[in-house]
Amino acid sequence: MIRLSRMGIGLALLTPVVLMAAPAISGAMERQATNWTAIWMFLVFVAATLGITYWAARRTHSAKDFYTAGGGITGLQNGLAISGDFMSAASFLGISGLVFASGYDGLIYSIGFLVGWPVIMFLIAEQIRNLGKYTFADVSSYRFGQTQIRTMAAVSSLVVVAFYLIAQMVGAGKLIQLLFGLEYWMAVVAVGVLMMVYVIFGGMTATTWVQITKAVLLLSGATFMAVAALAAFDFSPEEMFRQAVETHPNGLSIMAPGSLVTDPINAISLGLALMFGTAGLPHILMRFFTVPDAKEARKSVFYATGFIGYFYVLTFIIGFSAIVLLAQNPDFFNPAALAADGSVIKDQLVSGLNGGTNMVAIRLAEAVGGNLFLGFISAVAFATILAVVAGLTLAGASAISHDLYASVIARGRSNEGTEIRISRIATFCLGLVAIALGIAFESQNVAFMVGLAFAVAASANFPVLVASIFWQKMTTRGALAGGLAGLISAVVLTILSKAVWGDVLGHTAIVDGQEVAVGLIGLNNPAIVSMPLAFFFIWIVSLLDNSERAKQERLAFEAQHVRCETGIGAEGAVEH
Amino acid sequence: MEQSSVDAIKAHPRYRELVQSRRRFALTLTGIVLVIYYGFILTIAFAPSLLGTPVAAGAVTTIGIPIGILIIVSAFLLTGIYVIRANGRFDALTKALQEDLQ
Repeated sequence: MIRLSRMGIGLALLTPVVLMAAPAISGAMERQATNWTAIWMFLVFVAATLGITYWAARRTHSAKDFYTAGGGITGLQNGLAISGDFMSAASFLGISGLVFASGYDGLIYSIGFLVGWPVIMFLIAEQIRNLGKYTFADVSSYRFGQTQIRTMAAVSSLVVVAFYLIAQMVGAGKLIQLLFGLEYWMAVVAVGVLMMVYVIFGGMTATTWVQITKAVLLLSGATFMAVAALAAFDFSPEEMFRQAVETHPNGLSIMAPGSLVTDPINAISLGLALMFGTAGLPHILMRFFTVPDAKEARKSVFYATGFIGYFYVLTFIIGFSAIVLLAQNPDFFNPAALAADGSVIKDQLVSGLNGGTNMVAIRLAEAVGGNLFLGFISAVAFATILAVVAGLTLAGASAISHDLYASVIARGRSNEGTEIRISRIATFCLGLVAIALGIAFESQNVAFMVGLAFAVAASANFPVLVASIFWQKMTTRGALAGGLAGLISAVVLTILSKAVWGDVLGHTAIVDGQEVAVGLIGLNNPAIVSMPLAFFFIWIVSLLDNSERAKQERLAFEAQHVRCETGIGAEGAVEH
Repeated sequence: MEQSSVDAIKAHPRYRELVQSRRRFALTLTGIVLVIYYGFILTIAFAPSLLGTPVAAGAVTTIGIPIGILIIVSAFLLTGIYVIRANGRFDALTKALQEDLQ
C-alpha cells in the first residue's frame, strides 16, 4: 500500500486496481485454511441462483427476453441491479482497504465513482431507453451506416468487456484463494462455469435477478457491519475518528487528502475517466433496455445513485472503524508485526495485516460478527464477483450476436432464433476465454486493465453516443473517426503510461537513489487527451463530410430527435 | 416514423416547450454537478489542507468529511430533483402532446 501511494494518483486511483495491485504487492500469498462456513454459505447462494436461473430459463424464449429480460424490470429492481454492477468486490474490499490504509483518500475515490450517475441521468438515460433496443450500439448507430458504426461499437465494447473481465477473473481467483482456501485455478473455473450457466440458460432475466439478490445481501451485510462497528464507538463518528488517528501510523493526516492526489492534470484526467467512463460501460448501458419506458429508466438511476452513495458511506465507516477494531485483534497480523507484549506495532498496522488491505472488510466482519458473519461476508464477496462477471459476459455476447452477427455479418437477414443461439455460443466462448485468460494472467500485473476499460469507455463509447443523440451534424465518417481516435489514443497512451510501460513491461529509472517503474509519459490516465481528441475528430470530420449520405443522416436527425424526446415509436413503449 | 408526422410533432408548440425546458433543466443540473465535483477535485489538487481544517476547535473530524458526504448526498438529491420534474412536468407535456396528435 505504501508503494501504491507512491504510484501517485493515476491508475492507483481506480479502486478496482487497489484490489488487483495489493496482492501483487504483498508478494506470494499464503493460501488460507479451508473456510467451511464460508463455503457452505456460498453453496446456499449458488443453489438459490441456480433456482433463479431455472425459473428464468423457462421465461426466456425471445431475443427480447434474452437481451433485456422481456423489458419488464421495474425502476427499483433495475436500480438495485445497476448498483449491484457497480458494487463489485473491488469496490467493497478495495475502497474499505484504501480507507484503512490512507483514510480520507478513500472517500475521494468513492465520490469519483458516484458523480457519473447524475450525468447519466441528465444526459443519456432516457434517450438511450427511447432510441435503443438491446445494445448501446443501437443508439450510436441509429441514423448512421450500420456496418461501420456497429463494428466499431462492438469492438470497443469487447475491448472494455475483455479488460474488465480479465481484471475481475484474476481478482476473483486471488480473492477466493484468500477467502475460501481454494486453489487459484479452481476458483477461476468455478466463476467461469457458473457465469456461463447463468447467462446461457437464464439470459438477462437470470443475470438481473442474481445481481439483485447479491446487491440486497451486500447492502444488508455492509449495513450490519457498519452499525456494529459504530456501536463500538457509542455511535459517535468523532470518537471513531479520534481513536483512528491515535491508532494509525499516519496520525492526523488520514483526516485530509493525502499523497494519492497531488498533481492537478492527473486528478482532472482521472475525474473525466471516472465520470464519463461510467456512461460508456456496455454492461451498465444495457440495463436501460430492461425497463419498459423512460420513466422507469429515470427511476432506476435515482435508486441506483442512492444505493451506491449509501454503500460508499458504509465502506468509509467500515474502513475507518477497522483501523481501531483490527488493531485490537493481533491474530489478524503477521507475527513480525507484533510487539513483545503481543500488541500490534503502530508502524505495522497497514503492512502487517495478513492477506493485505483487501482483507480489511473481511477481517472486520470477523471482529464484529464472529465466524458465522465472516462466512456470510466471504460468500457475499464471491457472489459479487459472479454477478458482475455474468453481466459483463452478457454485454460482450450481445455485442457479438446483436451488433456483429445480426447487423454486420447477416446484414439484418438473420432471425431471432439464430441470434439467440449465436449469443449463447458467444457466451460459452467468452466464458472459456475468460477462464483461459484468468489463468494465464495469474501472475501478471493487471492493475492497468480496469483503468483502460474506463478510459476506452469514456473516450470511444461516450463521445459517439452523446454526439449521436445531441448533434445533428454528425455523420458516419465523423462518428467513425472520433470513435477510433478515442479508442486508439486511449489504448496507446495507456501502454506508454507507467502502469504498462513501467509496471508490466519493466522499464525503470533511478529516482532519489531508488529504482522505480516509469512510463514514457507522465499521464497516468489518458482521458484528458483521448476524450477531447475523440470529440475533436467527430467535429472536424463531420463538418468536412459533404457526401450524399451525410446529408441523409443529418435529415434523419429530426425523426430520431422526436423519438428521443417523446418516446413515440420507442421499443416497448405503449402504442398510441 | 413518417416524415409528415415528424414535421407535425416538430411544429407543435408543446413539443418545442418540452424540448427547450427539458434541455435547459438537464444542462443546468449537469452544470451544477460539474461545478461541485471539479470544485472538489481542484481543491484537493491545489489546496488539500483546506479540507483538513477541523470542524470545531479541538475536534478531530475535519470539514473534508461532511463536505465529502454532502457531495454524495447532493448527487442523490439532484437525480431526485430531476425525477420529480421529469415525472411531473415533462411527462405531462409529453402526454398532452401525444393526445393532441391523435
